[in-house]
Amino acid sequence: MSYIPTTGEQQRQMLAEIGAVSIDELFADIPESVRLKKELDIPKAMSELELKAHMQDMAGKNISLDKYTCFLGAGAYDHYIPSVVTNLLSRQEFYTAYTPYQPEISQGTLQAIFEYQTMICSLTGMDVSNASLYDGATALAEAASMACESTRRTEIIVVRSIHPESREVVSTYARFKGMTVSECGIKDGVADLKNLEELLNDNTAAVLVQSPNFFGAVENIREIAEIAHRNKSLLVVSCDPISLAILKAPGHLGADIVAGEGQVLGNPVSFGGPYLGFMAAKKDFTRRMPGRIVGETVDRNGKRGYVLTLQTREQHIRREKATSNICSNQALNALAATIYLSAMGKNGLKKAAELCLQKAHYAYNRLLETGCFSPAFESPFFKEFLLIYHGDVDKLNKHLLSRNIIGGFAAERYYPEFKGGYLVAVTEKRTKEDIDRFVSEVISAC
Amino acid sequence: MLKKEEKLVFELSVPGRYTNLLPGCDVDEKEITGLIPEEFLREDDPDLPELGEVDVVRHFTHLSQKNYGVDSGFYPLGSCTMKYNPKVNEEVSRLDGFSKVHPYQPEETVQGCLELLYMTDKFLSEITGMDRFSLQPAAGAHGEMTGLMIMKAFHENNGDHKRNKIIVPDSAHGTNPASAATAGFEVVEVRSDERGGIDINALKELMSDEVAGLMLTNPNTLGLFDENIHLIAEIVHDAGGLLYYDGANANAIIGISRPGDMGFDIVHLNLHKTFSTPHGGGGPGSGPVGVKKQLIPFLPRPVVEYDNSRYYFDYDRPLSIGRVKSFYGNFSVVVKAYAYIRSLGADGLRKVSEAAVLNANYIKEKLKAYYHLPYDRTCMHEVVFSGQWQKEFGVSTLDIAKRLLDFGYHPPTIYFPLIVKEAFMIEPTETESKETLDEFINAMIEIANEAKNEPEKLLNAPLDTPVLRLDEARAARKPVLKYECG
Repeated sequence: MSYIPTTGEQQRQMLAEIGAVSIDELFADIPESVRLKKELDIPKAMSELELKAHMQDMAGKNISLDKYTCFLGAGAYDHYIPSVVTNLLSRQEFYTAYTPYQPEISQGTLQAIFEYQTMICSLTGMDVSNASLYDGATALAEAASMACESTRRTEIIVVRSIHPESREVVSTYARFKGMTVSECGIKDGVADLKNLEELLNDNTAAVLVQSPNFFGAVENIREIAEIAHRNKSLLVVSCDPISLAILKAPGHLGADIVAGEGQVLGNPVSFGGPYLGFMAAKKDFTRRMPGRIVGETVDRNGKRGYVLTLQTREQHIRREKATSNICSNQALNALAATIYLSAMGKNGLKKAAELCLQKAHYAYNRLLETGCFSPAFESPFFKEFLLIYHGDVDKLNKHLLSRNIIGGFAAERYYPEFKGGYLVAVTEKRTKEDIDRFVSEVISAC
Repeated sequence: MLKKEEKLVFELSVPGRYTNLLPGCDVDEKEITGLIPEEFLREDDPDLPELGEVDVVRHFTHLSQKNYGVDSGFYPLGSCTMKYNPKVNEEVSRLDGFSKVHPYQPEETVQGCLELLYMTDKFLSEITGMDRFSLQPAAGAHGEMTGLMIMKAFHENNGDHKRNKIIVPDSAHGTNPASAATAGFEVVEVRSDERGGIDINALKELMSDEVAGLMLTNPNTLGLFDENIHLIAEIVHDAGGLLYYDGANANAIIGISRPGDMGFDIVHLNLHKTFSTPHGGGGPGSGPVGVKKQLIPFLPRPVVEYDNSRYYFDYDRPLSIGRVKSFYGNFSVVVKAYAYIRSLGADGLRKVSEAAVLNANYIKEKLKAYYHLPYDRTCMHEVVFSGQWQKEFGVSTLDIAKRLLDFGYHPPTIYFPLIVKEAFMIEPTETESKETLDEFINAMIEIANEAKNEPEKLLNAPLDTPVLRLDEARAARKPVLKYECG
């Protein structure tokens, strides 16, 4: 296939205008020694028809959640995506546009980001939101870095109940930025507050905590905030935005920065990406935020309009002194989140959250009744919970897979202390029938 | 484009209005306070809008009508490679077997995804002359940061702890110095020579045993190929440094020259530029990082391996810099890039760069009598002009750009690179026809004439857009960053 519209004849005309004999002449600045002397070793071109067949064949080698019932979460969740989200996202004016640096012809993107920022602030209880970051893990890493810059301290405490991959990303960023990271242990599935107090010192910039955490358990943000603030450290909270329809906003519990994963807001699981990281903070941190921010203003006629603002924080102005190196973000995923939150609305989001909560607790009780598991913790949870399986988790999941069920996450992979740890996620998409079938297949396997 | 003001989604909200998208609860419902302690529960609902489905659809449709995309028209935005985004790639990336796959599913259930990642790594390695790629970075700047972390880890692993400086040309993208800082380096700038390339003597003077490496875009941000690349590589390597290739301008050289053969050790590509994936209004992108053999152990983990019967993730990589992102990168963006590579094949990819370079040179030749061309030599995929002739008539490059909006075009990149006064950078890409280029050229000539004869037309532009020039100073001085409900 080719997407080049100029014909051979037109190319000859153009070369004549340039005064060149051949296209090759235009590459004369490339020294002979670095010219590629062979054809690239890439398979030959495909027509659209062949390509589609090939891609379907490849996609067909994967098991997809439309044919399997999913109880796997651990950071990526199978929530319902309203039809309007996918439909509106496929409007070319949104997805084929560039970053809105020319505001006169980008008001659609800009206004949508302004709405997104408002929604994120409302959910998290914060004053200012940026336009998105790459994902929840990098959002936490950026928050850690922002906390170090603003407190002029260099240590970060991460609670062990934060998603293991997020902790790993924070550690990668920290290693190179000269921040040190220490880990606060867990007790009953949530932060061990005594251990936290021991770890805090006068160089602790921030405490990072996730709630609901990797195990689905709700952390006591208010107490953690008090402990962190007594030490003049900041509190960074990562959270599930759907849970915020029923759980208290971190901003109302003392969080200084909220940074999390927004995949659940209208984005498919897509084998891990693209998702979106969101970040919101107290007003004082406005000029330290990483990434793009949209602000309201007026045009020459006094008409309301939106622009990218406070750009002196950003790399294209400030270069090495920028608050972050981020340029491209996850704009289309943030738009998905905005459309999702508009379509679900105040009632819909609350309903989704309540259904997750109820169904997860139903599944929790039913699974415990089988006698195949023991509870891992007593702490309250939202849509995901950890159980200890008495048998072999891999065998259990293999059996479930053979019955078209994708089972829970084997938590031992990241938490060797939880032998047989089985992390189960239940979204609003799972019916009572799905859960009952899951439970009865567990019984036949154990 | 739609000119009528569109209310904010919150202003459209009507209390009590909603669309019932979810079913009722089919399990025994418990009191919420029995499940979660009251102290953790929200008292007031978040201020989300209350709308019917048609309200939502009209609102976002109206917003889209205030936007300009590649499908709307020509987008000659230098350094951004705003080429056409093939529809079939969008369609195949949404196949259930790609979009509805959980990242933690057992490997035997995701062999298609793994194969796609593995093959994309192979193709990108072949295209750039590198040995191995990581597809984890989410965007170009993220790729830069990752590549520089790899560079640092490499030096440290050699016991070479002194190397804390990165050299960046004065013509570089802003992300280069910013990414170097994120990776913990000190940034040193090297100036350009009169031909637009790196000043070799200046580079020699800057090299020392404290320099970790040099970041370079080639062709550079002036759209010019640095002919001294071999010499540059030699100077940097001889001093123990590594060479980093910023792939932002790779659309000029696919199938023609490879960074790996030029002497680069680390490369990042922007799949959302060279490999046709859409920009999405600012993202998601994808910024894979490729390295030469000696640096493979430092790539982010996991990497995909193949044992002749199955594909699998390899996490056991003790020298890896670790993760830079959750899961495996912006997977569905990679799917689109893979589909693009397969649809074009080797020959089609080379033709992309040939046509891109031809288009840029054609514009250069046709416009150089009307706009100052600071570097009058054959350009690659983009050409940088200066608006300094028009400055004499009291109009700036910004005014030229805004006037283009009235002609129905997205303007070129302006005021970049920083080393050219009143710069504007045109990158036509290969997917534009001669007819489109000619119409654009005519518009630019007309604007040059207007600048001379009717400068107020430029100063007042645009007049035909949903909003006119916006007060950016006011936005920054008194930031209004969200809607205050009620």
